[in-house]
Amino acid sequence: MKLSEKAEEILEAMWIAAEEEGQGFAEMEKIGVAADDPAFKELTGLAFIEIKEGRVYFRPEGKQEGRSTIRRHRLAERLMMDVLNIRGESGDSKACQFEHLLNEGVDARVCTMLNHPDTCPHGKAIPPGECCLEAKRSGDLGVVRLTELKSNEEGKIVYIQTKDNKKMQKLVAMGVLPGNRIRLLQSFPSYIFRVGYSEFAVDAEMAREIFISHLQEKV
Amino acid sequence: MSLFRKKSSCHTPLADAPCGARKVALVGNPNVGKSVLFNALTGAYVTVSNYPGTSVEVARGTAVVGGESFEIIDTPGMYSLLPITEEERVARKILLEDSPDMVIHVVDARNLERMLAMTMQLVEAGLPVILVVNIMDEAERLGIAIDIPLLAKRLGIPVIGAAVARKRGLSEIRESLSCFKRSAHTVPDYSRRLENDIAEITGLFRSRFTLSPKAVALLLLQRDQEMTDLVLEAEGEGFAAVEAKIREKIYARRESFHLDLSLERRKITEKLLDGVFRVPDKRKVTLSEKLSRWAVRPLTGVPLLFIVLYYGLYQFVGVFGAGTMVDFLEKKVFEGYFNPRITEIVKDAIPWPVLQELFVGEYGVITLGLRYAVGIIMPIVATFFLFFSVLEDSGYFPRLALLVDRLFKKIGLSGRAVIPMVLGFGCDTMATMVTRTLETVRERIIATLLLSLAIPCSAQLGVIMALLSKAPGALLIWFVCLLLIFLLVGLLAARIIPGETPLFYMELPPLRLPQLSNILTKTYSRMQWYFMEILPLFILASVLLWIGKITFFFEKMAGWTAPVMAAIGLPREAAVAFIFGFFRRDYGAAGLYDLQTKGLLNPRQLTVAAVTLTLFIPCIAQFLIIKRERGLKVALAIGFFVSFFAFGSGYLLNKLLATTGIL
Repeated sequence: MKLSEKAEEILEAMWIAAEEEGQGFAEMEKIGVAADDPAFKELTGLAFIEIKEGRVYFRPEGKQEGRSTIRRHRLAERLMMDVLNIRGESGDSKACQFEHLLNEGVDARVCTMLNHPDTCPHGKAIPPGECCLEAKRSGDLGVVRLTELKSNEEGKIVYIQTKDNKKMQKLVAMGVLPGNRIRLLQSFPSYIFRVGYSEFAVDAEMAREIFISHLQEKV
Repeated sequence: MSLFRKKSSCHTPLADAPCGARKVALVGNPNVGKSVLFNALTGAYVTVSNYPGTSVEVARGTAVVGGESFEIIDTPGMYSLLPITEEERVARKILLEDSPDMVIHVVDARNLERMLAMTMQLVEAGLPVILVVNIMDEAERLGIAIDIPLLAKRLGIPVIGAAVARKRGLSEIRESLSCFKRSAHTVPDYSRRLENDIAEITGLFRSRFTLSPKAVALLLLQRDQEMTDLVLEAEGEGFAAVEAKIREKIYARRESFHLDLSLERRKITEKLLDGVFRVPDKRKVTLSEKLSRWAVRPLTGVPLLFIVLYYGLYQFVGVFGAGTMVDFLEKKVFEGYFNPRITEIVKDAIPWPVLQELFVGEYGVITLGLRYAVGIIMPIVATFFLFFSVLEDSGYFPRLALLVDRLFKKIGLSGRAVIPMVLGFGCDTMATMVTRTLETVRERIIATLLLSLAIPCSAQLGVIMALLSKAPGALLIWFVCLLLIFLLVGLLAARIIPGETPLFYMELPPLRLPQLSNILTKTYSRMQWYFMEILPLFILASVLLWIGKITFFFEKMAGWTAPVMAAIGLPREAAVAFIFGFFRRDYGAAGLYDLQTKGLLNPRQLTVAAVTLTLFIPCIAQFLIIKRERGLKVALAIGFFVSFFAFGSGYLLNKLLATTGIL
C-alpha cells in the first residue's frame, strides 16, 4: 500500500497539530489541503483518520502511519541539508518531494547513514524508528564527530570532512589520519586529544571535522 | 680499538676546502629541539623554548668539525614540505634557495611515525638528508625502543639517535657532518596510480629544479602556489602543458588528494618502522602528564593560573623586582651614592652649567637616563623575563593558550595570541614582533592594536603599581578600566575588522622542568636585546629632553597642552610625563612617579593620569616595529586611534570619578 503524496501531507500536518501541539486533533481548514480532496477519502477509507465537525482525528493505525510519515519528512530534510548541502526554501521543497521515496526500508538506510539524528534542521524531533532503537540497544554509536566523544573515550578516525584544504593539511600534520587511534582527553574549554604520543588542543571548529568510529571504553 | 678506528677513519681535514663553508640546514617539526642542536653545534645562542614556533627568524652560525667549518642554518618549524604558515614558508625557502649541502631533519623519537613522513618527503625531494631522532631519553622513559641502525639501513641515509638537550648523540652528529657523502638512496614508491600520475607530469618538465621532479610534481598536485610560480618561471611556454595536466589530475582526484597522499605516505612509514619502532603495551602515565591534566582543566587550571600570576607576576616581578630591587638600585645605589658623586665629578670637570645639565641635570643623560634604565627598568624587566622564560620552558603556555581560546575568540584572536599578549607585559615592542607567528592578518592587526593600547609593559607596570599602591582603590580602578577597555576594544575590533576568524590548533609539548642554564641564557639574551634597543633611546630621550629644557620647549608645550590636561583634570606639569611617554612608555610612568613624589597629584588625578598614560601611544620603538611589521598605514591608524582613545578615556574616567566621588 502506498499513500498518495497529498495523503502523506495530511498525515504530517495532523501529526504536528494532534501530537506535537497536543491538541489531539487537527482543524480541517488548517491542514492546507482542500476538504474535498480525494486524499481524505483515501485516508478514511483505510481507517487512518476520522472527520468529525471539521476536526480530523487519528485512528490508531493512522497515528502509526503519521509518525513514520513525519519521520520520513524530517529525515529527508536532514539529508538535504547535511549531505547534499541544499539549504533554505529550496531544501525544504526538495525534501517534500524526496520524502515520498523514503519508504520500505530506505528510511532506515538513510537514518543509519545520518547516524540516527534526533532532530530535523528546524529543531523538531524526529520520531525514532526501529533502526534507531536497535542501534541504541547495541550501544553502537556509529560514526560520530570528535566533538560527540566524552572525555577519555577512544576511537578510530574514520574520515576527515572539510572543504578547507588548509584545515585538512593542519589535521594531517597533527597525525589525524583515517585509521589512527585518537583519544579525547578533554572537551572544555578546548578539545584536547592524543594521537600517538602527542597531545593537541584544537577548537570546536576543527574538532567537528574529525569523524570517529567509536570504541567502547573497556574498564 | 674499534672506537678509535671509527673516529679516525673519516676525518679527512679538508686542506683544499671549497670556497665557502658547506651549508647545513636544520629542519623539522616545531619543538623538536632544532634550536638546541643549533646552539650545541655552533656555540652561538638562539632562543630555545618549550613552545612551538619560537624561531621566527632564521639563525645562522658556524660550526667547526674536524678542521672544516660549516654554516649551520636554524629554520622555523615545518610540518611538511607543503607550507601552511608563514614560518613554514620561510623554512622551505631556505631549502629551495640556499640549496644546503646537508639537511639535518630533527624528529621527536616519541612521534617518529608521524614525523617520518616528512623525512620521506625530504629524501624524495632529492635533498641530502641526515635524520636525527631526538628526545630519545624521554622516549626511553616511556618504554619506547627504536632500532636506529635498522632504520638507517632501510632509509639509506645516516640516522642518529640523540638527546641533544642532554648532550647525547652530539659527537655522532658532528661526525656525520664531516663524513657525509651524498648517496643514491632509494625513494619509496607510491601506489601505481599515483606513480603514473607523477610520471605523466614529470615527463612534461623541461627544466631542472632544486627539488626532484617527483617532489615538484607532488607539490603542484597539492596546488602549492609558490611552486607553481617557480615552475611557471622555469618552464616558460612549456608551462601551459604542465598546467593543463595538473588541472586534469587535480580534477580526477578532486575527492581528497591531500588525504590520499598522506595515507600512502603513512603506509610507507609503517612499513619502514615495522620492527624498528616498538612501543610498550601499556602506556605509562608520567607525572608530567598528570600535572598537565591539572593545568588544562578549567576547575584546576584557572586557580593554577592565578597562583602562577600571583607568585610569578605580582610577588616576583612586582614586589621583588619593582619593589625591593628598584628601591635598592634607585634609592640606595643611584640617589644615595652614584648620582651625588657623579654630579660632583661632572661639575668639577665641566665648567658650563648648561652642559652640566646635559649630563647630571634634571633630565641628565646620567642622572636621569642611566638611572631610569639601570635603576628602575632593568630590575623589573630582568625579573619579568626570568619569569617568562620559566613559564615558556616548562611548556605552560600552550596550556594557557587552550584555556583562553574561547575567550580570545570573542575578541577576534585565537588562543595562540596568548604568547604575544603575555610577552607584552614584559615589552610591547618585543611582543609586537612575535605577533608574526599569528596566522591571519586580521589576528595580527587586532593583537598589535591591543598591545599598543591596553597592555602595559613590565617597566611601566612596575612603576604604575608602585605609584598607585599609595592610593588605596586606585590600583583596582586602574586595573578594572584597562580590563574593560581591553575587552571592549577587542570585541569592537573583532566586529569591525574584516577577515576570517582564526582557527585554533596547537601541539601540547610535555611539561618539563626548565633547565636553569637555558633559562639564564635566554633571559640574558632577551635582556641584551632589550638594552640594545632601549639604551640608545634613553640617551637620545635625555638629550632631547635636555634640549627641550634649555630652550624652554617644555614650558611652551605644557602651555599648549594645558587645555588637554585640564580636560582630563590634570595639572599642566603632567604634560611632561606624556611627552616622556612617547619616548618610552615606562619613561612616562616614571615621569608621573616624579610628579607624585613632588606631591602634585591627588589620588584621582593619579588614577586618571595612570590610565591615560597606559593607554597612550606606544613608545617610539614599538611604533617603529608596528610600522615594520604591519606597514605605515596600519601604524598611523593605530597611533591616531590610540591617542584619541587614551585621552577620551581619561576624560570620561575623570568625569566619572569626580561625579561619583569614588576617589
